[in-house]
Amino acid sequence: MHTKTIAQLADALRSKEITSVELTQHFLDRIAALDSHYNSFITVTPDIALAQARAADERLAAGDTSPLCGIPIAHKDIFCTQDVRTSCGSKMLDTFIAPYNATIVENYLKAGAVMLGKTNMDEFAMGSSNETSYYGPVKNPWNTNCVPGGSSGGSAAAVAALLAPGATASDTGGSIRQPAALCGLTGIKPTYGRVSRWGMIAFASSLDQAGTLTRSAEDAALMLNVMASFDDKDSTCVDQPLEDYTATLNDSLTGLTIGIPEEYFSEGLHPDTAKAVQAAIKTYESLGAKTRSISLPHTHLAVPAYYVIAPAECSANLSRFDGVRYGHRCDAPKDLTDLYKRSRSEGFGDEVKRRILVGTYALSAGYYDAYYNKAQQVRRLIKQDFVDAFKDVDVILGPTSPSPAFEFGSKTQDPVAMYLEDIYTIATNLAGLPGLSIPCGLVDNKPVGLQLIGNYFAEGKLLNVAHQFQLATDFHQQLAPATA
Amino acid sequence: MEWETVIGLEIHVQLATKSKIFSGASTAFGAAANTQACAIDLAMPGTLPVANEEAFRFAVMFGLAMNSEIGKRSVFERKNYFYPDLPKGYQTTQLEEPIVGPGVTNIELADGSQRAVRLHHAHLEEDAGKSLHEDYQGMSGIDLNRAGTPLIEIVSEPDMRSAEEAVAYLKKIHSIITYLGISDGEMSQGSMRCDANVSVRLKGEEKLGNRCEIKNINSFKFVEKAIKVEAERQIEIIEDGGKIAQETRLYDADKNETRSMRSKEVANDYRYFPCPDLLPVILDDDYIETIRRTLPELPDAKLNRFVSEYDLSSYDAAVLTTDRVTADFFETAAKVSNEPKLAANWVMVDLAGYLNKSDTKLGECPFTAEQLAGLIVRIKDGTISGKIAKQVFEGMCNGEGDADSIIEARGLKQVSDTGALEKLVNDVIANNPAQVQNYVSADDSKRPKMLGFFVGQIMKASKGQANPQAVNEILLKKLNEQ
Amino acid sequence: MAVNKNDIEKLAELSRIDISDEAAANVAQSISEVLGLVDQLQAVDTTGVRPMAHPLDAVQRLRRDEVTECDQREQLQAMAPATEDGLYLVPRVIE
Repeated sequence: MHTKTIAQLADALRSKEITSVELTQHFLDRIAALDSHYNSFITVTPDIALAQARAADERLAAGDTSPLCGIPIAHKDIFCTQDVRTSCGSKMLDTFIAPYNATIVENYLKAGAVMLGKTNMDEFAMGSSNETSYYGPVKNPWNTNCVPGGSSGGSAAAVAALLAPGATASDTGGSIRQPAALCGLTGIKPTYGRVSRWGMIAFASSLDQAGTLTRSAEDAALMLNVMASFDDKDSTCVDQPLEDYTATLNDSLTGLTIGIPEEYFSEGLHPDTAKAVQAAIKTYESLGAKTRSISLPHTHLAVPAYYVIAPAECSANLSRFDGVRYGHRCDAPKDLTDLYKRSRSEGFGDEVKRRILVGTYALSAGYYDAYYNKAQQVRRLIKQDFVDAFKDVDVILGPTSPSPAFEFGSKTQDPVAMYLEDIYTIATNLAGLPGLSIPCGLVDNKPVGLQLIGNYFAEGKLLNVAHQFQLATDFHQQLAPATA
Repeated sequence: MEWETVIGLEIHVQLATKSKIFSGASTAFGAAANTQACAIDLAMPGTLPVANEEAFRFAVMFGLAMNSEIGKRSVFERKNYFYPDLPKGYQTTQLEEPIVGPGVTNIELADGSQRAVRLHHAHLEEDAGKSLHEDYQGMSGIDLNRAGTPLIEIVSEPDMRSAEEAVAYLKKIHSIITYLGISDGEMSQGSMRCDANVSVRLKGEEKLGNRCEIKNINSFKFVEKAIKVEAERQIEIIEDGGKIAQETRLYDADKNETRSMRSKEVANDYRYFPCPDLLPVILDDDYIETIRRTLPELPDAKLNRFVSEYDLSSYDAAVLTTDRVTADFFETAAKVSNEPKLAANWVMVDLAGYLNKSDTKLGECPFTAEQLAGLIVRIKDGTISGKIAKQVFEGMCNGEGDADSIIEARGLKQVSDTGALEKLVNDVIANNPAQVQNYVSADDSKRPKMLGFFVGQIMKASKGQANPQAVNEILLKKLNEQ
Repeated sequence: MAVNKNDIEKLAELSRIDISDEAAANVAQSISEVLGLVDQLQAVDTTGVRPMAHPLDAVQRLRRDEVTECDQREQLQAMAPATEDGLYLVPRVIE
């Protein structure tokens, strides 16, 4: 049962092959039995899950047609869930119980989906390996000596280990797509503003966007259909008509133009990853798509611009964690400054502190123009590269990540090497474009990710292009060892 | 050496919106602690701000009243600092692109001249909460009800040259915001707060001296006192050969002195940057013009109209138009009585005196403008004398009802009946034969003065109710008959 | 741009984070490395380019002025570290 995709499970529920309670219990049992190997969950919520499953079974019996009704899913622990701890992977919020649901959590509740629990993540979504979590690292189900990627590593590992058929995630610089690549999953980061950020704990507000991790593009379409909504509680959410992303999955690729940015195949790309991506290009050509080489000339500036903008925004976003109204508070503060400094120093891990300090530096008097303002100008140049490219091509294709999953500890002492993990994914966040990663091969028995980047609000096109690849190949059906 | 004080004011005005600038929590004053602080106001993780349209409408109204350019594109920024009354660790405010650009307003000075005070800009921002310093287990208590209340911060150029001018400007701003109805302007409740930037220089000098910012002065009276005492302090230091350190100071009303606020002096670097949770607000010409068309009459226009329509002096008109409630009260009384000058006098002298003495606001006055007009009509039609009117007015202030019922109840009606008056005159003449003899034998030039004695006696006998004009006529006639 | 221990001290003060003396040198080095990475930006000619704070160049929607939140103090303070009489408690604030 756990090897089935969401689309298959939805059919099974509707044909009464299984009930949601049985399905939910099955996944809860798997989590209880197996998650000690992966550490993909911070909080498991069996009682809530079973109650929701019972309600879903009633809805199904009454003829509910929502495809996610009764489907168990996991939420990244960055999304606020009423009455259930939302830690954001931080000691700071170890005791935090939000009195409200994130809009996307609410959307899944309304659709009848069942919440299995909250998944592990890099602290405040800052990391590319899931090694910064207060709750310990998450292990990659393909190779437990390796990282699952980050920051949505818990969601990725849970889906790859078949502990949940799908999971929510968030992506500020690659935090959905890079773990999808490293764990052999389909991960989509929608256009900035397509999905509400209300109730998603902010890392960098102008870059953060929620998305999904699933085992197929079809499942991603089903998940995104529920996740995407207009929300007047989020000023940056765009009032754009909703689409049925499953409706265009089967469109033909004949006549599609795919752009291949030359800058995405430069030094630093693992040769075997390059090979797998080149093979995928051939597959697309065989499906009727045209490919052409394009240039995104400011690509090399994406990581530098990002590591000014994201820390600058996070330095302010994380100021609210001060030990006064909620969250960690140090023992017996002797004065106000002591309260702030000790609560924050005890509550935050090293990477979070590092980014707060970098962001504080970039905004401080005398450096604002040289760093923050400059980065925002470069950001426009990066966006313009894409705007120009999309005049000639429908989608852009390249690798998701420079190499497959790496071993624990191999980059923790070198923040810059860790940051370069996101070299191909970061530009889409800066530009606000949708991006998706799908598996396109194995290197050393570890998955390789293929990245597709679409124009604004072209999620339907991206999922169509991904789905057609998955109809022609079976990389997405390969399962991590010892999961079946 | 003659010194000159140079003053610029930063005035914070709470806007009278129902809900907060970025959340749907109520802004009502006086609620129990933290009962009007919602998840957004508390900066709970994952919450997001959405801007309140009414705050923008109010800010645009103010900008138009100040003849300012309206920022058709305005941008919220984050001002970063840690303080327990600032839940997010930053204040959402405007810096580079504010809603209201440069403008100007005129103030009336005591000598009848005018001075133009330029507005540097005005911007929208959120208010902070309050720290309560009573002892809570040895700690301070934080109430965040006020956090997120919309403010406009009104920043003047350093165009004022005395404490009196600063107060006149502050009163002008107060009258504009209350005329517009965008704030209740209650300084005692913190709806309007003032910071003053004060420096001194020798008269004729162009360069500005080092300035000190006096924070959070909460009444007109204290603004005047604080500026005066601060200017004196600075002059004294310079005359003793010292230099003024640029710093933030606090006014202590009990001691009437300013003192350095060292806690705020820790080198602050606010690290402003555009708030990524909020987008630029774009207003178009139609929107701005619609607001312009619906602006109420403003103090300057009303003043000019009172001068031309009611023939008031410009000083009187200025006093009456300082606030909208007074202006409306006067205008109703003037129209209903059809006696604008009398109405102006009663409002400025008697009514103002009563309100001041009893510490009452005009809005809580026990009688209406129509009832004041009723009193004025009774003076004009001779029912009561001006002197009796003061008694009736006292009755009205005590809540005894309108003028007619007080006149009736107290039997204060003026006696004009010739028969009754003749009897009074005859009695006085009969009872004072010596004075009558003196009068008769005096020459004409001395007689008017002597007449006063008899009038006084008659008025006393009538308890003030005799019609003085009629008394005069009858008295003259009777005395001439002697 | 490399930062030294003094810079770190100032940044730590601004961001209310405690960095021990022993850790300061390490932190200074790792932050210098990050700044070395972002210093590539300085080589770019951005004359005339408008800074981009939001990816979509979108415009703020304004909310109607309505009170939509009721008193939730009890629930919102349930996880507060220290309260009394509905107030959040902090060490003495000195003005």
